Amino acid sequence: MSVATQDTAIRTGRVMRTLIYLVLLLFVLFYMLPLYVMLVNSVKPLEEITGGGMMNLPQVFTLEPWFKAWSSAQIGVEPTGLSPYFWNSIKMVVPAVIISTVLGALNGYVLTKWRFRGDTILFGLMLFACFIPFQIVLIPMARVLGELGLAGSTWGLSLVHIVYGIGFTTLYFRNYYAVFPTELIRAAQIDGAGFFQIFWRILLPSSGPIAVVSIIWQFTNIWNDFLFGASFAGANNQPMTVALNNLVQASHGVKEYNVHFAGAILAALPTLLVYIVAGRYFVRGLMAGSVKG
Amino acid sequence: MGFLDIDNTTKSYGAVEVLHNVDISVEEGEFLVLVGPSGCGKSTLLNMIAGLEDISSGEIRIKDQLMNGVHPSKRNIAMVFQSYALYPNMTVGQNITFGLEMHGVPKPEREKAMHEVANLLQIENFLDRKPGALSGGQRQRVAMGRALVRNPDVFLFDEPLSNLDAKLRVDMRTEIKKLHQKLGTTIVYVTHDQIEALTLSTRIAVMNGGYVQQLGTPQEIYDTPANIFVATFMGSPAMNVIPAKVDMQNGRPVACVETHDGTTSTLPFSQDNLSEWNGKDILLGIRPETITDEDAADRKSSNIAHLTNQVVVTEPAGSDTFVSMTLGGRDVIARMRSDAEVKPGADFTFAVNMEKAVAFDPATEMRIPA
Repeated sequence: MSVATQDTAIRTGRVMRTLIYLVLLLFVLFYMLPLYVMLVNSVKPLEEITGGGMMNLPQVFTLEPWFKAWSSAQIGVEPTGLSPYFWNSIKMVVPAVIISTVLGALNGYVLTKWRFRGDTILFGLMLFACFIPFQIVLIPMARVLGELGLAGSTWGLSLVHIVYGIGFTTLYFRNYYAVFPTELIRAAQIDGAGFFQIFWRILLPSSGPIAVVSIIWQFTNIWNDFLFGASFAGANNQPMTVALNNLVQASHGVKEYNVHFAGAILAALPTLLVYIVAGRYFVRGLMAGSVKG
Repeated sequence: MGFLDIDNTTKSYGAVEVLHNVDISVEEGEFLVLVGPSGCGKSTLLNMIAGLEDISSGEIRIKDQLMNGVHPSKRNIAMVFQSYALYPNMTVGQNITFGLEMHGVPKPEREKAMHEVANLLQIENFLDRKPGALSGGQRQRVAMGRALVRNPDVFLFDEPLSNLDAKLRVDMRTEIKKLHQKLGTTIVYVTHDQIEALTLSTRIAVMNGGYVQQLGTPQEIYDTPANIFVATFMGSPAMNVIPAKVDMQNGRPVACVETHDGTTSTLPFSQDNLSEWNGKDILLGIRPETITDEDAADRKSSNIAHLTNQVVVTEPAGSDTFVSMTLGGRDVIARMRSDAEVKPGADFTFAVNMEKAVAFDPATEMRIPA
């Protein structure tokens, strides 16, 4: 890919090029500004911020706000910091991501390689799931969770995210498997492999790029979700996003902006990490199937 | 009762019937080629033998066991696909033994079978590589290895050579033939390439439009094609089909054909019963290689006719020169020696081996049997 860009890039003059880079640099600065503000203010004592120097570099460097946000800040009524909620989020996200991805892969496998009457209509209906706004499902979902006895539990919250995510993961895997050679499936059938053996032994090992797309997408969405967390979580299993809100929205005492900034960064770190680890597969997976070869 | 019986088998998708009452019986050790243009139903038939497509009506039996509804893995068949269909995530060795593993063969036996096959196909050196790291010809061998290792009753080949370049294709063709001679297995092979069909097969089924047009040995198909489709599909360049009128000369039937300047030439038939067609129109079928110059005419033939006609174009092709002329208002190709002295625009006297000529009924396009 990187080889091709040099040849196909449009040649422009030196002046033009400088101008383009200058504009791009401005954009970069603009986009980096919030991160700068967050980072800089999370390592300052509170007085430096309240003194009006929000854009300044810290005069006194301190990690105190980070520790406080993690382990001792007041969240709601308890001074626990964000750490228990971080683990709540992990407990909710990991099963939800894995299960929704595996189910999406299975759906994609069936919809492309075990075609049946009405499969395109079914897939079309599943696509609707991608367009349903969160707010619409709140009340029916609360009812369903109640019936299942999962109201207020971490599993209930995971279930909501799995159901909501299947539309997306099915879309990804279906499109990926649509260009996966059917002859391979037939060869495996003749070799004697069954439905799940073909899936585990042939299809899944070749699904790396799209699995990464699905995992990143699901992880970011579920980790960052606030509405479902706020609506369906019980007091003991609220996710990180809800806790961060409680931290920042606290209506009593001094607003500790430095702690808020540190907390916000802590809440964003896992998704950042996932991108750094798996990001290079992301574009590759998104592009898979769009161009042959 | 053959080794593989395809008995009055049809295939329909909804109301559309794509294969009509196919009847083929294959003996053990035979190499049957299904040949025809795309969409003729040959791959569908192969998939039905494999069990990848349902049989709408009729029966398919292997070794007298009814195969209708039997799962592909339980038919004791192996298939080589056009795209090779090697599992990209497995090594060559794993690809070859996957089928054995699925059938619960213990590991030491799998390894042994794998090495035997790898040895036979000379792929031992890359048993640990992934298919992505192999060339087309190597992949082809691995695909065959995967089929061979199962030691199946019937091998099915679905256009296995069409993804290879021209030279490799000829080499692999020879290898497949050698392998068949060596192992004596029963093979059903699908191709659209008539040369592959003629060189490889012990029998050919020429298919078109969902019908088996003719089933026979390569020689039968080539020399006595059942109809004009088979005649023109098999052989390259295609058989010349020339409108002619039957007349009688000295008590024998002759074909009257119109040469380039509108005059009529007569070509005496060897086939006596064509006298019944006296005065009627027929279509005369002549293979290009049976039209030559006098010196190259077949000495064993009892019926060499002579025909003077204008040469339109000559196309030297190394070993042969293709000469085209106009007969009966159609372009006719003659396949001559490369040193035959023919010049475009000049008249030339051709020697036509009428012993090999066939006649077709213009209404039904069927060959008029002798």
